[in-house]
Amino acid sequence: MTKQIRQLDRVVIRFAGDSGDGMQLTGDRFTSETAQLGNDISTLPNFPAEIRAPAGTLPGVSSFQVHFADYDILTPGDAPNVLVAMNPAALKANLADLPRGADIIVNTDEFTRRNLAKVGYAGSPLDDDSLAGYAVHPVALTSMTVGALAAHEVSKKDAERAKNMFALGLLSWMYSRPYESTLRFLERKFAARPELVAANVAAFRAGWNFGETTEDFSVRYEVKPAKMLPGTYRNITGNAALSLGLVAAGVRSGLPVFLGAYPITPASDILHELSKHKKLGVVTMQAEDEIAAVGAALGASYGGSLGVTTTSGPGVALKSETISLAVALELPLVIVDVQRAGPSTGMPTKTEQADLNMALYGRHGEAPVAVVAPKSPSDCFHAALEAARIALTYRTPVILLSDNYVANGSEPWLLPDVESLPDLRVEFATRPNGEDGTTFLPYLRDPQTLARPWAVPGTPGLEHRIGGLEKADKTGDISYDPTNHDFMVRTRAARIETIPVPDIEVEDPDGDARVLVLGWGSTYGPIGAACRGLRQRGLPVAQAHLRHLAPMPANLGEVLRSYDRVVIPEMNLGQLAHVIRARYLVDAIGYNQVRGLPFTAAELETMLEEVLKNV
Amino acid sequence: MSEPVALKLTAKDFKSDQEVRWCPGCGDYAILAAVQGFMPELNIARENTVFISGIGCSSRFPYYMNTYGMHSIHGRAPAIATGLAVSRPDLSVWVVTGDGDALSIGGNHLIHALRRNVNLKILLFNNRIYGLTKGQYSPTSEVGKITKSTPAGSADAPFNPLSLALGAEATFVARTLDSDRKHLQSVLRAAAEHKGSAFVEIYQNCNIFNDGAFEPLKEPATRDDFLIRLEHGQPITFGSDGQFCVVHPPGGFGLEVRETAATPAEEIVVHDATVADPAYAFALSRLPGLDLRNTPLGVFRAVERPAYDTVVQEQVAAARAGVDQTPEQQLSALLGGGDTWTIL
Repeated sequence: MTKQIRQLDRVVIRFAGDSGDGMQLTGDRFTSETAQLGNDISTLPNFPAEIRAPAGTLPGVSSFQVHFADYDILTPGDAPNVLVAMNPAALKANLADLPRGADIIVNTDEFTRRNLAKVGYAGSPLDDDSLAGYAVHPVALTSMTVGALAAHEVSKKDAERAKNMFALGLLSWMYSRPYESTLRFLERKFAARPELVAANVAAFRAGWNFGETTEDFSVRYEVKPAKMLPGTYRNITGNAALSLGLVAAGVRSGLPVFLGAYPITPASDILHELSKHKKLGVVTMQAEDEIAAVGAALGASYGGSLGVTTTSGPGVALKSETISLAVALELPLVIVDVQRAGPSTGMPTKTEQADLNMALYGRHGEAPVAVVAPKSPSDCFHAALEAARIALTYRTPVILLSDNYVANGSEPWLLPDVESLPDLRVEFATRPNGEDGTTFLPYLRDPQTLARPWAVPGTPGLEHRIGGLEKADKTGDISYDPTNHDFMVRTRAARIETIPVPDIEVEDPDGDARVLVLGWGSTYGPIGAACRGLRQRGLPVAQAHLRHLAPMPANLGEVLRSYDRVVIPEMNLGQLAHVIRARYLVDAIGYNQVRGLPFTAAELETMLEEVLKNV
Repeated sequence: MSEPVALKLTAKDFKSDQEVRWCPGCGDYAILAAVQGFMPELNIARENTVFISGIGCSSRFPYYMNTYGMHSIHGRAPAIATGLAVSRPDLSVWVVTGDGDALSIGGNHLIHALRRNVNLKILLFNNRIYGLTKGQYSPTSEVGKITKSTPAGSADAPFNPLSLALGAEATFVARTLDSDRKHLQSVLRAAAEHKGSAFVEIYQNCNIFNDGAFEPLKEPATRDDFLIRLEHGQPITFGSDGQFCVVHPPGGFGLEVRETAATPAEEIVVHDATVADPAYAFALSRLPGLDLRNTPLGVFRAVERPAYDTVVQEQVAAARAGVDQTPEQQLSALLGGGDTWTIL
């Protein structure tokens, strides 16, 4: 049968199933195939904190959304065009997000009376008219997979588990994806069990062939490659990019990287990744708690390593006292906070930007640190290098504020040339710096950077003592002198405030916007997509995005004051807006949401349109 | 390996230029002098020695040592020192702590440093009181202790620091006294020679808030009858006339003190610090009574177990063995790993 081929410029697909159905892996593979084809991509996984919530229930639903297009895109997409629902729970949990007309592929084998009852369906939605308005494709995914594997030497359970590969095969056919990388992946994944390689490959092919032969799918789609800058790309998540950025910081500084970490969602993947890079001198330590993790990192920095600790909000709270010690000791330290919804345990697998106040102010005493936030998954690489650069150059703790959205989301990353990465080499102190030529003054500062010398143990002649007690200027001796304390507090503040950071750039293509949207961190994508949408409709709007939250760019005040209105969307209750109002006396409008999910471009566009009307 | 060069350091070389600010009469002075007097023996250059402390009177110690040093925050010295020791195996890292610092706020870090067996020498100055905060009871204060925070007497049972360390399977555990310089230095010597974590409890007098806490162990009239001086390979007898001994009664779990005269010689326990099972050293740690009778001094346990930092460095060395690419080349290969595609 000849299938019709239709060209699309963009598609959003959501794979949804039980947490044991392998939806993250399926989405990952589809993404990888799509990357090979050269589309621009953005992905969003969404999964419960429970490893295996009761099967078939709403809390157990795990999903993976992938948005791909023939042009550059900024978000994983507001609403899926296609939903793959592996069971009734997956259908029920995701249906509200689907626009009318969307395709729904359901695994009919799971639509049993028992499974329907588990999620409160009185009858099957496949049998009544509740799905009228959608293009429903009922597919017996499980039984067809088991049937396709009848001749294979695998257990019934293993055969059933391969149903996600059947689904992947079907979707790969529908969207004309190149699948060689998936076959190679299956060979690697099941290398120890060849019968599973064969079974999963067979399931994949069965899904592909089903698409080709069934009459239910009469159309096949193509999405042409996007125009992207020349170069070599890979698809990467924020946590992976951040890990590689830290490895790169070690290489470019010539220092060993020491990571002290305690497992915590959604930061643990950074610990996992960095533990693989001993070859490049990365030492990781899974500490007994969050406090020990940052303590060990600080101890390593004292010894001349690039000390790093990775965590999420609750961990930063525990590390706070040690970060203040690092402020007093004036040693390099990178603290990575992959934010999640709080307070307390909150929603550990959901995103939020509510740790900004803690990053800026969450310490005792006047304890300023630098704060950097990545704007997208691949930007995590460069933000990690920037955090390391500030920490090493200015001998200060730096908080790198990632969040669950960029950490687990993915996008294509143009691989940088290693030689083009910033040179982070540092000079350790090697000889006395006192005027007499024999004295070492551990708090005599570099006049340019205000950084004190980094004299690591093992350096003869520079033996000195440092500590949390207030230190006299230059000598570092214990001091209770009032004037000295006032001077040291102001100097520590100036040290951070005078770090040169790049000016903030404004995107306002026609230069006639009167409203500026200011964001920070992971909201870059949705804000950018909303602004594009408005401009396409002839509504001018300017976008600026903060990467450095402490210190802030020198031109920020001027930029803010050159617009009639400043709007600040944040996934918190207005933390940046508060800072902006206080620092710049600008009457910024906050747009705030804390639903554990990223903003959709559509809701921002609607909100901004209202603002534009009233300017 | 060639013979190390004799550095010819003296105690004076280890004195920093800082004015020592403990209360006059504090036991810490004696410990500081004993440590400064002992350090030259190690023949380790001053720049390769680091003292790291937490918070409390004892934790001011690093300021007075002319080595590298860090006075950190309450309870966290073992964690900070672990990061330093793991990343800098060339250094000799010492932790100075107190009963509140190590056993109350920092209890977690202490037991984990000990179970990991990090190359750290941990000196715990135990004065059974909070000194720097002016006299509250500590986790080693006896039950019923009347202090500023416990006017009706403390209600909680104290830790036995050595039992705790042995429970964490510390590989080196010893106890000594601030006032016995010779013994203190002999224990420091053994601790310094030990590979892995060495835990040394030093009974230390706080003459302001808990004066005389260990007096029976110091008074000439009582000390010989109260103290058990452990000597590896020697039968455990003590008392002014050797009138007491330690036995392991059949059917019992622990050790007991008997009269030597009424005990057959072969029943007297011969001290062996190298017994693999920590139960023996634990039993020794349980001997003292509330009145400090039967207090063993010396090395309870000294066994070998791979040190955490050594294992970590071995893993790094194994990963790097045979690598002939520059770090930049390796990084380039790493960044380009996984599924990539090229756009022309």
